[in-house]
Amino acid sequence: MHIIPLFVAIPLGSAFLVSLLGKRVKRFSDSLSNLATFSLFFISLVSIFLVRNQGILVYKVGGWIPPIGISMVMDGLTSFMLVTVNLIAFLVTIYSISYMEKYTAKDKFYTLFLLMLAGMNGVIITGDMFNLFVFLEIAAISSYALVAFGTEHEELEASFKYAVMGCLASSFILLGIALLYSFTSTLNMADISRTLTERGDNKIIFFVSTLFLMGFGLKAALVPFHWWLPDAHPSAPAPISAMLSGVLIKVLGIYALVRVLFNVLGLGEMKSILYILMILGTISMVVGALLALGQKDFKRLLAYSSISQIGYIIFAFGLGTPLGFLGALFHLFNHSTFKSLLFLNSGAVVYATGNRDLEKMGGLSQKMPVTGTTSLIASMSISGIPPFSGFWSKLIIIIAALQARQFVLAFIAILVSIITLAYYLKVQKLAFFGKLRKKWEGVKEVPFPMKLSMVILSIICLAGGLLLLPGISEVFLETARDALLAGKEYAALVFGAL
Amino acid sequence: MIYLLCFILFCVGLYCIVTKRNLIKIIIGIGIVEYAVNLFFILIAYKMGGRAPILAEDQVIENMVDPLPQALVLTTIVISLAVVALLVAIAVRIYEKYGTFDIREIKRLKG
Repeated sequence: MHIIPLFVAIPLGSAFLVSLLGKRVKRFSDSLSNLATFSLFFISLVSIFLVRNQGILVYKVGGWIPPIGISMVMDGLTSFMLVTVNLIAFLVTIYSISYMEKYTAKDKFYTLFLLMLAGMNGVIITGDMFNLFVFLEIAAISSYALVAFGTEHEELEASFKYAVMGCLASSFILLGIALLYSFTSTLNMADISRTLTERGDNKIIFFVSTLFLMGFGLKAALVPFHWWLPDAHPSAPAPISAMLSGVLIKVLGIYALVRVLFNVLGLGEMKSILYILMILGTISMVVGALLALGQKDFKRLLAYSSISQIGYIIFAFGLGTPLGFLGALFHLFNHSTFKSLLFLNSGAVVYATGNRDLEKMGGLSQKMPVTGTTSLIASMSISGIPPFSGFWSKLIIIIAALQARQFVLAFIAILVSIITLAYYLKVQKLAFFGKLRKKWEGVKEVPFPMKLSMVILSIICLAGGLLLLPGISEVFLETARDALLAGKEYAALVFGAL
Repeated sequence: MIYLLCFILFCVGLYCIVTKRNLIKIIIGIGIVEYAVNLFFILIAYKMGGRAPILAEDQVIENMVDPLPQALVLTTIVISLAVVALLVAIAVRIYEKYGTFDIREIKRLKG
């Protein structure tokens, strides 16, 4: 029994069942979605050990041999991303049990959610360029619908903006795929990589990589293309904000970008591309942080902070050193945990008070101790206070930048980290500390499922640094890094595993 | 030459998305961009004087166009249909809420 197709089959099948039976059977949609995401999380953990024992795994869809048929490939980077995505998805579905009670169409929410998850898992696991595009669109279309889920003025506006930008990004990506196909006459990632090695240098690679940089950069909200994100992410219901900011921009943007650039096009050694990534990352880092400073809306501040942290990840990838890659992947994992935790906290505040404006809050820690404490942990972690997980990943990124002799950029990274601390302290001060306002005296702590997922996430934030311990890091982070470092070896590895 | 026309079509769509103020016109612009990309995909597979790739007993396999992009374009057409349907649905809901299609008046989100 092959486990690879299950990553797409389980969410797709449960989305179908939920939409079919969700209305008729009581509690069906809750229990099935939680079961589905839990089993996905479990098999993604299993996949780590499979990759460790057997190396790269290839599944031939329909039994066709890869250059002809579609293939699904599982290597270190794939299983790393799968664990990240499915961990967050599992905790978010637990949280949604209570949070989504106030919306009327809970089964539709779960259907769209599971479709989005199927799309994301598909993007991660596929080994075929066009199949990547199809899964990317599945994830993107369901996220447009989820952003508009509240169907109020702001939600609809944000969703329209997001959908137009997303369509444009997809067109650029498809154009890139078309050009790549016309040059190599194949769509299989490993085969493209092999053909490109045989053909040698060509100008078309630069044009294609520019198109991909534009397309995936739009999806990842790098700074020149960032302005849809602060509208779209806060407008969605809180669990979806957590998914969008926590994993969707990373899977559709960063993962797809680095996989295509480094493994398929083999540009890992190309100085100019790395330089572009580094500069884009630094600009995103600075602009995101500066814009976040002035925000009064809790969720909008978090969205700007996402742009800034995405900048860190892209910057570290742009360094192009093994340590830089390690730092980028580690920061990617950490950011997905603490940013989803922060969005879940903001959701808890909205759930209890119905208010997102920071200046109208105050002293909520007294009434909501769990939300207050977990958000404090997440804030400390994201601004890089030891011993929380964010400290370690930022430390690695800055050390990698110093080793790569990028002193100015390393200094900027430290400076941005301080700005991050400043605006998260502002959140803590305005929302959770200080005197309790009269208005909020009747506020109660949120229900148990919401508390549970917030507490689990905050434990991961606390213990995240342990992932760097020698035994664990070899299994989890270093295999993912090695998959990226392999560059064009990827083709030989995939064809060797057939 | 024909690729240039395709590129111009792409730019027309892009211009439409960027400059038009009406939601429906923006959706049409997206449609044009997607047409241009699909057309490009078909064109790169086309051969001068090529014929349809049909495999049958009495057919001689020679000078055929590449059938794979045609299959792919069918898929992308279905995807863009879904996107356009969703966009139109959102535009209708926006009209119900704001009473206008003009994007200059739909601006509650700021900051």
